[in-house]
Amino acid sequence: MTWTATDIALMLGKIVLLYAIILTGAAYLVLAERRILGFIQDRIGPNRVGPLGLLQPLADVIKMLTKEDMIPTAADRLLFSLAPAMAAIPAILTFAIIPLGAPVQLFGRQVHLQIADLNVGVLFFMALSSIAVYGVALGGWASNSKYALLGSIRGLSQLISYELSMGLSLVPVVMLAKSLSLADIVNAQAEMPFIVYQPVAFAIFLVSILAECRRIPFDLPEAEGELVAGFHTEYSGMRFGLFFVGEYINIISLGSLASLFFLGGWRGPLLPPVLWFFIKVGLFSFLFIWVRGTLPRLRYDQLMHLGWKFLTPLALLNILVTGWWLALR
Amino acid sequence: MEATLFYILAAVLLTGTLLAITARQAVRSIVYLVTSFFALALMFYLLGAPLIAAFEVIIYAGAIMVLFLFVIMMLELESPEKLPQPHFTNWLPALLLAGAVVGSLVVLLCSRLRAVPPGFVEIPVRQFAFALFKQYGVAVEVVSMQLLFALVGALYLGRRR
Repeated sequence: MTWTATDIALMLGKIVLLYAIILTGAAYLVLAERRILGFIQDRIGPNRVGPLGLLQPLADVIKMLTKEDMIPTAADRLLFSLAPAMAAIPAILTFAIIPLGAPVQLFGRQVHLQIADLNVGVLFFMALSSIAVYGVALGGWASNSKYALLGSIRGLSQLISYELSMGLSLVPVVMLAKSLSLADIVNAQAEMPFIVYQPVAFAIFLVSILAECRRIPFDLPEAEGELVAGFHTEYSGMRFGLFFVGEYINIISLGSLASLFFLGGWRGPLLPPVLWFFIKVGLFSFLFIWVRGTLPRLRYDQLMHLGWKFLTPLALLNILVTGWWLALR
Repeated sequence: MEATLFYILAAVLLTGTLLAITARQAVRSIVYLVTSFFALALMFYLLGAPLIAAFEVIIYAGAIMVLFLFVIMMLELESPEKLPQPHFTNWLPALLLAGAVVGSLVVLLCSRLRAVPPGFVEIPVRQFAFALFKQYGVAVEVVSMQLLFALVGALYLGRRR
């Protein structure tokens, strides 16, 4: 394959645009969460900076960047500074395989609204989510603090456990679509989104991504009541900011994947495809915030029981039933 | 293009592995080893085996090394212990094996066989699956039985206490 100048310019344009969308989306998701949580808790939330508080993310970034960057004396300096990046980068990289909409005509050629259509797309996502574990683990270990270490050990075991049920819940989707490529999975849902055939897999995937995001009710790695702030207790300034932004980028990317795997991605009637995609991702983000505002935190043994003794066997059973159904059809 | 990428990846791979065996702290050497696994995965991708590349990251970097990391974090090695210098007789097998590897490398380099990369031909997942489960189906089943035996054995050894 030879690349012309137009191809390279288009690719660069797509990457820059995607970065802009992700970072703006994550910044405004923080604001949306604060406002919605305020509404749930019967208070106002941030509304002072700019009209309706819309400039609040900008003010937050300025605050983070100008704060003092503290590194504990006993910390492992190299790993301490590496860990926030290792938490944020896999979350951003996931967007490389996400198709945002139907192919469009641009400069007389067909442009896919996707950076790369890997034929092992689903596995690429699984690989990145297993790499994301290192940010949590190394951040807590390198801080050399007992709260941080406890938080990262919890985070590590939680992420490993729920990765399993997440991966297994995607197997029926791959079986139905007969492909591991995300573009093919979206195309296979042209007639009917997979949530209709696979409600159980969707439920397992949804619970697992809540746990992968380490949010309430699965926020044991950072449980503020017992562990101060868990694995990022010792972080300050923009390094903390990277962990924080990484979490919100993760919400957007996992929400996008849930809508791709089960809700038909950018497919939908009347409205343009890209808009449909953003509506679905927005709904998932809202669900994440809603859950955070309403559910209490699980106890640690409950968390492990739910993952290993309920979700994983259920996902395996679901694969068996799906295979049976596909063979008999 | 492919050749340039290959040499960059090879450099990362060798540096990562070298740092992994020379690092004084176990956690750091895990990070270096994960880096070299990543470079290795990209190399597999370059050779047209995206499935192997994905499994390399999921299994080696994402599962096995995380398990190692978990154990090391639990052990809490404050300072690396000073071990006595290994005796010559302990070195001998390692030297022999290394000599065999280096020797075969020299033979390969001297021979007229040139390792030409096949260019970027992506093997579809379907073809890979047919080869694995149809062509070599029996072998795969035997290997998986062996893994099951190892699993049961480990469980037995762990339960005995």
